[in-house]
Amino acid sequence: MCLAIPGRLIERTEENGLAMGKVDFGGGTRKIVCLEHVADAQPGDYVLVHVGFALARIDEAEAQRVFETLRELGELAELSS
Amino acid sequence: MKFLDEYRDAAAARGLVDLIRRAATRPWVIMEICGGQTHSIVKYGLDEVLPDAIELVHGPGCPVCVTSLEMIDRAHAIASRPEVTLCSFGDMLRVPGSRGDLLALKSQGADVRVVYSPLDAVKLAGANPQRAVVFFAIGFETTAPANAMAVSLAHKRGLANFSVLVSHVLTPPAITAILQSPGNRVQAFLGPGHVCTVMGTAEYEPIARHYRVPVIISGFEPLDLLDAILRAVKQLEAGRAEVEISYGRAVRPQGNPAARALVDDVFEVCDRKWRGVGTIPKSGYRLRWEYRDHDAERRFEVEDVETNESKVCISGQVLRGIKKPRECPAFGKECTPLTPLGATMVSSEGACAAYYGYGRHLEVAR
Repeated sequence: MCLAIPGRLIERTEENGLAMGKVDFGGGTRKIVCLEHVADAQPGDYVLVHVGFALARIDEAEAQRVFETLRELGELAELSS
Repeated sequence: MKFLDEYRDAAAARGLVDLIRRAATRPWVIMEICGGQTHSIVKYGLDEVLPDAIELVHGPGCPVCVTSLEMIDRAHAIASRPEVTLCSFGDMLRVPGSRGDLLALKSQGADVRVVYSPLDAVKLAGANPQRAVVFFAIGFETTAPANAMAVSLAHKRGLANFSVLVSHVLTPPAITAILQSPGNRVQAFLGPGHVCTVMGTAEYEPIARHYRVPVIISGFEPLDLLDAILRAVKQLEAGRAEVEISYGRAVRPQGNPAARALVDDVFEVCDRKWRGVGTIPKSGYRLRWEYRDHDAERRFEVEDVETNESKVCISGQVLRGIKKPRECPAFGKECTPLTPLGATMVSSEGACAAYYGYGRHLEVAR
């Protein structure tokens, strides 16, 4: 129920005075979502979407952290990326 | 999809499991709070690849599961009125109340609709001024900004025919209730990632300090959960009890201030009855007085219905991490997702439904 999915913001729009935007979730799925709570999100950014609302901009540096830790500890030799 | 697929990588997962195995020298009981986390753990079999010392127990974080039977019956009574269009999220409409579920009511002619977003319900109200549109607003803190926005927008647009039946629940009071319950076994928590995306982590600091439990704010993919488990084990082994964010790509310590401000404007904290658990003080949201015209409970006077829960069902103990689904005599027999007896079987995010959905009822009890 608290399911939230990352998607890439394509463009910002407006509807009924609310900041909205088109988000691409991959696999051909695009939806218009409310951007009122992520004022700083720009096209190209990844946002986390729950029931039609972007709740956060994904922090790309933080997103790499677990892989960096594993690499440092020599636990990720098999992975190239 | 970027930011999803890479967190399901098998080689990285094996690496984390290896680190957990090396870190754990004693048995530890860790509870994941969210139903979405439970679902991932059972789906990917994470509990089965962890060392035996680490036991995962499943928490109460499934809002559909913990919505009280009384509230479902109230929604049913409101939806039965000829002038009402009742909308909610899909899984809420399938939960059986004392007189059947809301989708069955739809098959009898009632106007019941599934919406993707609460804003869709506001749109319906705008387009159909002759209908009384009621949105069954359930959820944890994650969903509160969306539901608050729907109320705020309808209020601004003067949509008198839009109201909400609010059954919101809050996470920290539930964690406290678990820690205070007799027979508690939980020694650390995997905290609710998306709840904290909205609310931030400050509310969990006093819980970690007072009860001496590590709280690791965790995501929902296999690598997120394993990373959070590793951090929990490291804290437990070192005798530390701190709030730590594992899910940094989505959670900031302060949460989302804009979303929180809107939630505070529309909702206030109230006591709430949780299915399978009972009433927990200050564990829910209700509409503030300023928005009372959009309160469905005020608009449609519904008398309280006497409800009866199953006597066999142990969902209350499952929700507190005291028992596992397989310890219930009804699990997978008279209680299945099609014929649920209690909270943890009514939604796919409930622990019993997740166990059933991934065939755990077919295994020999261990």
